[in-house]
Amino acid sequence: MAEVKKISLEHTELLRFITAGSVDDGKSTLIGRLLHDSKSIFEDQLSAIAQTSQKRGMKDVDLSLLTDGLQAEREQGITIDVAYRYFATPKRKFIIADTPGHEQYTRNMVTGASTANLAIILIDARKGVLTQSRRHAYLASLVGIPHLVVAVNKMDLVDYSQEVLEKIQHDFSIFADKLGLKNIAYIPMSALNGDMVVERGDRLPWYEGITLMNLLENVSIEHDINLEDFRFPVQLVCRPQTEELHDFRGYMGRIESGYINVGDAITVLPSRLTSHVKEIVTYDGFLTHAVAPQSVTLTIEDHLDISRGDMLVKSDRLPRVTKEFTAILCWLSERALDPKRKYLIKHSTRIVKALVKQIDYRVDVNTLNHETVNTLKMNDIGKVKLNVQQDLVCDDYQSNHATGSFIVIDEASNNTVAAGMICPIKD
Amino acid sequence: MDIIMSDMHDFVAPVSGIAMKNESIIIKRRTAGQLSHLDSLESESVHILREVAAECANPALLFSGGKDSIVLLRLAEKAFRPGRFPFPLLHIDTGHNFPEVIDFRDRRSDQLGERLIVRSMEDSIKQGRVVLRSKNQSRNAFQSVTLLDTIAELHLDACIGGARRDEEKARAKERIFSFRDEFGQWDPKNQRPELWDIYNTRVHAGENIRVFPISNWTELDVWEYIARERLEVPNIYFAHKRDVIRRDNGLLPVSDLVQPTGSEQPENLMVRFRTVGDMSCTCPVESDANSVEKIIAETAITHITERGATRMDDQTSDASMELRKKEGYF
Repeated sequence: MAEVKKISLEHTELLRFITAGSVDDGKSTLIGRLLHDSKSIFEDQLSAIAQTSQKRGMKDVDLSLLTDGLQAEREQGITIDVAYRYFATPKRKFIIADTPGHEQYTRNMVTGASTANLAIILIDARKGVLTQSRRHAYLASLVGIPHLVVAVNKMDLVDYSQEVLEKIQHDFSIFADKLGLKNIAYIPMSALNGDMVVERGDRLPWYEGITLMNLLENVSIEHDINLEDFRFPVQLVCRPQTEELHDFRGYMGRIESGYINVGDAITVLPSRLTSHVKEIVTYDGFLTHAVAPQSVTLTIEDHLDISRGDMLVKSDRLPRVTKEFTAILCWLSERALDPKRKYLIKHSTRIVKALVKQIDYRVDVNTLNHETVNTLKMNDIGKVKLNVQQDLVCDDYQSNHATGSFIVIDEASNNTVAAGMICPIKD
Repeated sequence: MDIIMSDMHDFVAPVSGIAMKNESIIIKRRTAGQLSHLDSLESESVHILREVAAECANPALLFSGGKDSIVLLRLAEKAFRPGRFPFPLLHIDTGHNFPEVIDFRDRRSDQLGERLIVRSMEDSIKQGRVVLRSKNQSRNAFQSVTLLDTIAELHLDACIGGARRDEEKARAKERIFSFRDEFGQWDPKNQRPELWDIYNTRVHAGENIRVFPISNWTELDVWEYIARERLEVPNIYFAHKRDVIRRDNGLLPVSDLVQPTGSEQPENLMVRFRTVGDMSCTCPVESDANSVEKIIAETAITHITERGATRMDDQTSDASMELRKKEGYF
């Protein structure tokens, strides 16, 4: 810890990623290694885990203890829930969603994946591509994580063999091709010894790719959100009604995708009223243009009836407005889907009543086979037809995550019971 | 390598109202997805605050005068100006606060022209709702009683707080919208899944949610934001001379609540506080940093976690924070 972290105040970007794998794959050790080698571990944390390692009779400090979580988890030796961790290098700030890899925790991976730019799927070099790895790849493709890294860990236990990496790369890519996954990087590593995580090490001379940290710092993320389609769900209408702002009527929200300029023609949905952007107002002054994911306040040229739940879009790129659609649901609740019941859907800033009209199929996440079912249980993923009581303004999830995603809420318990992703019309 | 690395590119877009002959206008600007980390974090927090305002019937923003809640207030300005805040500010006063921080709290609320509600632990003690072992013991854990009583009294369905996930490992698992049952309790095993930026704010009567808009910020982000926004913070955050005693590997400020005992000798040292909380258990660190810039430089190279350095009550056991949170603490 003698070395000093250098963090500049200059422009640094934020990259969110998830790690998928079980404790046995060395996931905790990998995260510990990233934090340790990027000098993001504090002395009090390090001394605490050094003590624990010693107590448990270990010779070296066990870096995996850094991600030890709640008391209940330590007692059971498992990870219960998504934990968020933070570290920074001079180039980027990172948020890790550390998700458990056990079979029953599909819901945690989907939760962690929903905000991620990148997923690291851990594979134990000795074990190769397992059912679990395929499941992680499927979930990554389902949630549409833009970048995927297959970290082939524990290379120290297979003599740093090139053949082992090639075999895993071959096996994994067969499955990945089926899923249409692109942008996959394969990195052989030993998180335990630190090879190819932050430092190259000298035990993998045949490997010509970059280290994991190098990749995390440099992978291009500006295209991870839709830059074309301006989507602005109205969160709040601001009407101060003070003397100097008597007629001010501002629409507050976050630009979920695309960009907007003062003067652009906009359409309000679902009402289909049209106007032009008059001002882009922020606390720091007026802007002439704004981009996703900025939060701004818009005023428009005409006096229209606009309220929370409406969406402003550019008139030349309209989304779908519909009461019926098909979606992939990931069921998250212990109480199974009851097709007889009405649920609530929260989509962007609108909450509507919804009915599951039909369950097309359930996906076996291990084989990708479709199965006919009457319900969806916790951790099930299935395709359903939905009817909603009021129009939703939406896009296909594939083309726009922000306007293609929704959550399902059980009105009786108020729990979030499912995550939904809207399918293209011809699908 | 299948991952493509590209340089940042400029964005071509027309600017309305500006006509130029035979020329498209190239604007040097950030494209989508290229906001700086502070801009990304700010926008996320503003979005969260607006969701609370839109969906919760009766929220309040917890303002202690500490740096995290100072940042929250600026974010609320960004979210709601030119309108007023759609909620009052609320402070749970332990009676063990630093006087400089209380002064700052009142001044800042006045500047903003927003309503400040103060509820005091002294009242909970007088009412017999809180029973202390000794007059001067740390009151941090007992704040929960006053907080929960206040939530009931004011019928609050949401409390916005400045907690961050990087503070402590129990916080690392906290949701941004964190559901509490009718006893105000947090159940880590039974949290609502939180996906994308779609937040479930629904509660039944008597239940409430705690909302943490700066969940994803780190201590360094907070100081960088304070620098960027030129926010005033109470002067005890800056290096100053203070009488302290050494106790349990930490420094404690000498005050009415903390007096030297046994062989302890007060020392006059140059110190600053990294957190401001209960005076009886909030430890300063030795430092010469007398400006925000110097604090940032120190924070960037600091080697001890914020709570590890400054909160004795978090060091009593490995799960102190987890247990306190289950009882309704923030």
